[in-house]
Amino acid sequence: MEKIATRDGFGKGLLELGKKNPNVVSIEADLGKSTKSILFAKQFPDRNFNVGISEADMMLVSCGLAASGKLPFASTFAIFTERAFEQIRNAVCRMNLNVKIIGSHAGLITGEDGSSAQCIEDIAVFRTLPHMVVISPADAVQAEKAVEAMAGHHGPVYMRLTREKVPVLYNDNHKFIIGRGDVLREGKDVTIIAHGPQVYESLEAADELAKEGINARIINMSTIKPLDENLVLRAAQETGAIVTAEDHSIIGGLGGAVAECLVSSYPTPLERVGLHDTFGESGKPMDLYKKYGLTSGDIAQAARKAIKRKK
Amino acid sequence: MDNNNLILGLQDKAKSFRRDIIEMLYKSQSGHPGGSLSAVDILTALYFHKMHVDPKKPDLPGRDRFVMSKGHATPGLYTVLAGKGFFPREELWHFRQINSLLQGHADINIPGVEASTGSLGMGLSFGNGLAMAKKIDKLHHKIIVLMGDGEQQEGQVWEAAMTASHHKLDIIAIIDKNGIQNDWFVNETKIVDPLPDKWRAFGWHVEEGDGHDMHSIVSTLDKLWGMQGPRIAIFHTVKGKGVSFMENNPEFHGRAPNQEEYRKAMEELK
Repeated sequence: MEKIATRDGFGKGLLELGKKNPNVVSIEADLGKSTKSILFAKQFPDRNFNVGISEADMMLVSCGLAASGKLPFASTFAIFTERAFEQIRNAVCRMNLNVKIIGSHAGLITGEDGSSAQCIEDIAVFRTLPHMVVISPADAVQAEKAVEAMAGHHGPVYMRLTREKVPVLYNDNHKFIIGRGDVLREGKDVTIIAHGPQVYESLEAADELAKEGINARIINMSTIKPLDENLVLRAAQETGAIVTAEDHSIIGGLGGAVAECLVSSYPTPLERVGLHDTFGESGKPMDLYKKYGLTSGDIAQAARKAIKRKK
Repeated sequence: MDNNNLILGLQDKAKSFRRDIIEMLYKSQSGHPGGSLSAVDILTALYFHKMHVDPKKPDLPGRDRFVMSKGHATPGLYTVLAGKGFFPREELWHFRQINSLLQGHADINIPGVEASTGSLGMGLSFGNGLAMAKKIDKLHHKIIVLMGDGEQQEGQVWEAAMTASHHKLDIIAIIDKNGIQNDWFVNETKIVDPLPDKWRAFGWHVEEGDGHDMHSIVSTLDKLWGMQGPRIAIFHTVKGKGVSFMENNPEFHGRAPNQEEYRKAMEELK
């Protein structure tokens, strides 16, 4: 199976968008080589500004550009977007400006750099902000297509990316629609809802469950906010048990969002796969996934547990 | 208009704005008099002498952009914007009230306000973004950012100072150096001086002036208007200027006058 990092998909998408739309501006904070915004920077040096290692400055610079009619993409590591959380809250979102924020190197999958870089709470914090849209693509194709979708949405968007290569699940015909989840596999016994690298892990889990006669529905929820509530509620009604899976804290991420949705409208047994109120550590991505319970096996186990809880 | 008439006209306007500041703060019983009174002479000179803006068309494409980075000192800004005609003066009397136009801190939804602020340290970076857009589009309007001196304690100010000089951005910064921050005197909280040396070291052209002497304000702004690149005016001011018991008094950073104080202040500002 071909593997490409979502950051590579973003880099390609930004470059393509830049060719079509002269208003696109890239703002970097010394991590263009890592986030892949460098592809845009090389092609359009006059529309690229590197503000150095200054994330707070970066967010307000983006606001000034957006207020002038530009379409700024501010990209850095996910963890450093959080450094500018209050700037994002008080400027980007309070003014509802057309600023696109890219947080790369998110999750335990970042690996060897360890806990300082492994951002595991970005979705939770950005999800709370009025006007903010939160996206986490499952593969490089989605990341590339999401860039165009972000440009078509007026207002702040946060897109979470990963450093490590992940299996390519979509082909070039894929259309990324903000706010819409995607059923990748039908099933009637349980629904596994995932984003990012855990979408592939969930598909693997479904294969494992199928051997036991369990039909798991798999949903790629690449927009966490606004959540595709209709799809979640339909899954709850039709399968009666839900699992969420993500390389993120179980507090406030997709698991939190789905829990909020279910408890308000259709209480259903829910198991959340993710980080259990803990930081990560250095290590190889798959070793970390095993140690912290984020593999296909952990997701399958959570599905069995959720099914048992059905009344 | 000859220079003397210009100065007299600006002084007259600033005085009436001081009265409006006290009036609106008294009516709302909430807000920041000290930093409004220290900045109002500068704001008056900007809006009635230097800046190209059209209150009938607040979104005019070629307009000059003013960013109130010290976004809590809105009574100063709002009175001047109302005086300029961006919205009816009547709005001032509903400042900080529910369902009102004039939010406690500067808000982009108010005609004439270019940026929502209120959290210190962000305005200069916003101005940098405006200046980058201007650079891309090869436009020539002015971008002006007003900061406080206490605000210089925010690290982001210095991130922005470096960004502006590195990218050779065409931007004008102003510091209202009134020497007092929320709790107490700046010098006894965390020293920000020597500001001229610091800004020069960060690659900016620095001018200094007296922020309550209209001659000094006008000549300093005229000089900066004729230049390019990152440049800053550091205006020495008095917090609470114009009302004796508010002057240089940390208590009036963020407290509205009571009835007796209001009467006394209005008497002094006759």
